[in-house]
Amino acid sequence: MTRSARWIVFWLGAGGVGALIVLALLKMPSFGGIVHPYRELSVPAAIGRSAPNIVSSVNFDQRALDTLGEETILLGSVVGAAALLRPSKDEREQLDQDEGRVLEATKLLGYLMLPVTLIVGLDVVTHGHLTPGGGFQGGVVLATAVHLLYVAGSYRMLRRVRPKTWYQVAEAVAGGAFVILGLVGLLLTGAFLANIFPRGVLGDLFSSGTVFYLNVAVGAEVTSGVVVLLSGFLAQALSVREVR
Amino acid sequence: MTPLLVVAFLLVAAGGTVVVLTHEPSRQAVTLSVYGVLLTLLFVLLQAPDVALSQVAVGSAVVPLMVLLAVRKVRGKR
Repeated sequence: MTRSARWIVFWLGAGGVGALIVLALLKMPSFGGIVHPYRELSVPAAIGRSAPNIVSSVNFDQRALDTLGEETILLGSVVGAAALLRPSKDEREQLDQDEGRVLEATKLLGYLMLPVTLIVGLDVVTHGHLTPGGGFQGGVVLATAVHLLYVAGSYRMLRRVRPKTWYQVAEAVAGGAFVILGLVGLLLTGAFLANIFPRGVLGDLFSSGTVFYLNVAVGAEVTSGVVVLLSGFLAQALSVREVR
Repeated sequence: MTPLLVVAFLLVAAGGTVVVLTHEPSRQAVTLSVYGVLLTLLFVLLQAPDVALSQVAVGSAVVPLMVLLAVRKVRGKR
């Protein structure tokens, strides 16, 4: 394709997309309006299912299938990145003897924040159906907590408390648990990912039925996924060396 | 739209522009992280705390870290 032909294709595409966006924007309801058809349907549905965090109710109950799709995308990208980042034939893992110096202030702050971050992460995962957040958000916080060991301590220390294979297994198991919960719902009620647990009392920790358990599964999957992903990046940056 | 929201929108627009105009990838990781925090502020003001939590954890911490590690790996091959 010649240069000018490429430009013609580009402008046709850009013009088409631009025109559609303008048309869509003209039909949009005004900013901050009072008409919310989705709110009117989803809020009563969520409250009726004992899940005061409407977003979690939508993600894990009313539209749980969409979330399964999202988790599968995450799983796929972690597997893809891990495959790309693994040491190639002419590379070996080799740890540096000297890991540099960490500022005392960084150490102090890192070790102080480590338990706090772990607790915040667990709180966000387990209260996903009650307060903002959930498995995904809490999972990323938990994975960040693990890596405070690298910031405050050293890479060796991080590797010692973070056996990569455990996290690889945990990611697969947690991803599978989501599907299994869905299949159990299909067997018991005839609908994939339908609720199978008692709804409980609105506001209780063990309430909202499946939402709580799916949140925990997603929390475990996201924590392990991010840890596996970052371990690949960290190994490539810090310990994988070319050997000739 | 409240004045606070207008300020947040302008800050996000300014932040995004700074990220695009930063050419050095390792510096871009830092501006991207700041941009992530600005975006988090906007999501909080728009009453979307769930999205804000995802944004602050992924956009301001994990993604810039991956960029920095990738830059370090690429630079290391001398």
